[in-house]
Amino acid sequence: MHLPLNFIWFMLLGALLTGYGVLDGFDLGVGILHLFAKGDEERRIFLNSIGPLWDGNEVWLVTFAGALFAAFPNAYALALSGFYLLIMFVLFAIILRAVSIEFRSKRQWQWWRNFWDISFCLSSALATFFLGMIVGHLFIGLPFDSTMEFTGNLSDHFQPFPILIGCFAMSVVAMHGAIFLYLKTEGELRKKIHGWLWKTLVIFLFFYTITTIVTLINIPSATINLFKMPWLWSIVVFNVAAIASIPRMVILKKPGYAFVASICTVIGLAALFGIAIYPNLIVSSTAPSLSLNIYNAASSQKTLGIMLSVACLGLPFVLGYTSIVYWVFHGKVEIGKSSY
Amino acid sequence: MQLDVVTLARLQFALTLMFHYIFPPLTIGLSVFMVIVEGIWFMTQKPLYKAMALFWTKLFAINFAIGVATGIVMEFQFGTNWATYSRFVGDVFGSALAAEAIFAFFLESGFLAILVFGWERVSSGMHFFATCMVALGSVFSSIWITVANSWQQTPAGYHVVKTTAGFYRAEITDFWAMVFNPSSVHRLIHVWIGAFILGAFFVLSIAAYYILQNKHLKFSRSTFNIALVYAVISSCAALISGDLQAKAVAVNQPAKLAAFEGHYKTGNTGTAFYIFGVPNSQEEKVEFSLAIPRLLSFLVHGNPDKPVIGLDQYPKEDRPPVEIPFFTYHLMTALGIFFIALSVLGLILSRIGILFKQRWLMWVFVFSVLGAYAANQSGWVAAEVGRQPWVVYGLLRTKDAVSHAVPAEHIITSMTMFAIIYSFLFAMWVHVMNHKIQIGPEGIEEAMAQAPEPSKVKDLPAVIANLMRGPASLSQTWRSFSGEDTPNRETGDKR
Repeated sequence: MHLPLNFIWFMLLGALLTGYGVLDGFDLGVGILHLFAKGDEERRIFLNSIGPLWDGNEVWLVTFAGALFAAFPNAYALALSGFYLLIMFVLFAIILRAVSIEFRSKRQWQWWRNFWDISFCLSSALATFFLGMIVGHLFIGLPFDSTMEFTGNLSDHFQPFPILIGCFAMSVVAMHGAIFLYLKTEGELRKKIHGWLWKTLVIFLFFYTITTIVTLINIPSATINLFKMPWLWSIVVFNVAAIASIPRMVILKKPGYAFVASICTVIGLAALFGIAIYPNLIVSSTAPSLSLNIYNAASSQKTLGIMLSVACLGLPFVLGYTSIVYWVFHGKVEIGKSSY
Repeated sequence: MQLDVVTLARLQFALTLMFHYIFPPLTIGLSVFMVIVEGIWFMTQKPLYKAMALFWTKLFAINFAIGVATGIVMEFQFGTNWATYSRFVGDVFGSALAAEAIFAFFLESGFLAILVFGWERVSSGMHFFATCMVALGSVFSSIWITVANSWQQTPAGYHVVKTTAGFYRAEITDFWAMVFNPSSVHRLIHVWIGAFILGAFFVLSIAAYYILQNKHLKFSRSTFNIALVYAVISSCAALISGDLQAKAVAVNQPAKLAAFEGHYKTGNTGTAFYIFGVPNSQEEKVEFSLAIPRLLSFLVHGNPDKPVIGLDQYPKEDRPPVEIPFFTYHLMTALGIFFIALSVLGLILSRIGILFKQRWLMWVFVFSVLGAYAANQSGWVAAEVGRQPWVVYGLLRTKDAVSHAVPAEHIITSMTMFAIIYSFLFAMWVHVMNHKIQIGPEGIEEAMAQAPEPSKVKDLPAVIANLMRGPASLSQTWRSFSGEDTPNRETGDKR
């Protein structure tokens, strides 16, 4: 079967976004749960569980944006200028988050640490929420005309459905982060986290159910591909099975497998999102015929080809270093001299 | 000048880019210095050099984190504020940006984790390897972005096509011609050298401060001597690279060179070189000037009588503004000469053996780092403002490149927030850096007292083998992963 480059790039972008969700998801989740940790010791354990990893995880988002720019410049230009303020909020949150992690343990003062603890938690929650909102908007579409310029106004950004997706995104990463912490901690703290894990799981299931129902009712286009290509139902089954495995693995006391199940959940959700929008990248709510899809938003075939060679050359290295780093920092968190 | 969308978008881009560029050149310059000191440690196993590596790693990490955070903004801003530009160049520029992320950012941020947090987890050989990879990654990260920017200065390897949606865009015809466009190689080398100078003077500044304070003397003198050699080499290299650069600008973008030099009228004889002056664009002349006649012609053409192309050869609407490029270019050049003089003087005095007794000179070194920051910033300002009124030289004007969907109020809102957050960040960065500098190299006495550890791995194959083996026993990992060793930890945990 001959795969068109546009389709390959749709899949590769999906893979990058999924990689971002899986990896940065857990460290955003740790950030959201950060204030629940009591005392300096516990909070340092939280920070150091993600300390060596969060920076590399964020690079997935950077690569996603770069690849979107290269492969589908029209979608990049429309989405970023259309979501101007939302993107700015995400950026502020990401900046604040990075420096909170970096600065927090640099001084002993209580007020200093409290300040950065709060800003770490808030910025993690807001970054997730706004990114979720942007994804929500991609489901319902944006008002834009044939010049590929956004024609709506600010109130178009704050609709109920994207806000729901924003909350759902927070619940996903909070659960993902709780399982990660469960894997990385020991002793008393681990017991506490075990308790939160169930709470985050319940909240996640609540939002999962609501989101599923609302999406099915409000956005009929989301399921078109499922009926066109029935084998895609296997993704739905995969997703549900992954979610069901999380509590099972937690009860069986296999935190590693629970984390794998949580990773699969994120992958499944990302895949369902891809199925819902394919072949469009950004739906026009003005007129569906104006929608940007993987063909009319794409770069030239030559560029897509060059980029594919770049990706084939670079990705094995990326996976290589990522594995080395996760390997070096595997196991329980230890606070040492070079820790945060 | 009115505050229209174009002006606001340019101001926002300048603000966020100039703030971002405080950090990456130090990342590049300091990482190379860290490779040098850790390399010396790896070969000699003297604890002094380990203390150096540890100390500079701490400052490096703080700088790196802010560099990454502010860099993400840049990548998104092409799309948020410059949507028309993004559609026009995406096919060309986007691929360079994506290559940068894949080849450089993952390398940097991955091995940074080992560099900063890995001291107790990996062998010294593996740690040195990680330091080299971070330096390599940071050097790589400058490649693609400079290539992309150089393409905007001297576009090559593309053609402009009309898309089905009705707008025009540049598409790649020859990838390597795009990458090796006429200005990318020499500009990249100049960017690197600028970063190395900053790295060297940053280290010199802190070491000189300790010497003046009479603190950590063995550490600071030794550091100073290494960094001084680094500074001499990079400052002298900047002179050569700068000369090549100016000659290339004269060929590729004569209007830009004319703006740098305040050269309004071409004339019939050799062109003068201004050492100082105040350009007046209304009357098209440079006032209060001190100039060397015919020097510019000599530098550019090697012939003191051949005139250099002036701004009068260009229609008014294609001329760049003169004031900003003139001042920033002259500031950069003057600082470049100052770095050579200062570092060579330092080296001579150090050879005679009286360097560290010259307190005034130590004070000059303490503050010279500000000059290195200013030189890096002003060089870029000159390059970017000198390209105006084009965003892609000769193809797309800056005023046509903005996002039409973003109203001025939104830009003002976000720019105000950026200004507040960045001022706060900058204050915090200075505070935390200063705190780390005041503490100084921790545990240096302790490190000196320790007997040098024998090196476990010395050659490259062994380093790689060690890397493959991982830091701890695998079986341990597997057991904790599959939950087999957890019962004792889990008691009372059942629900």
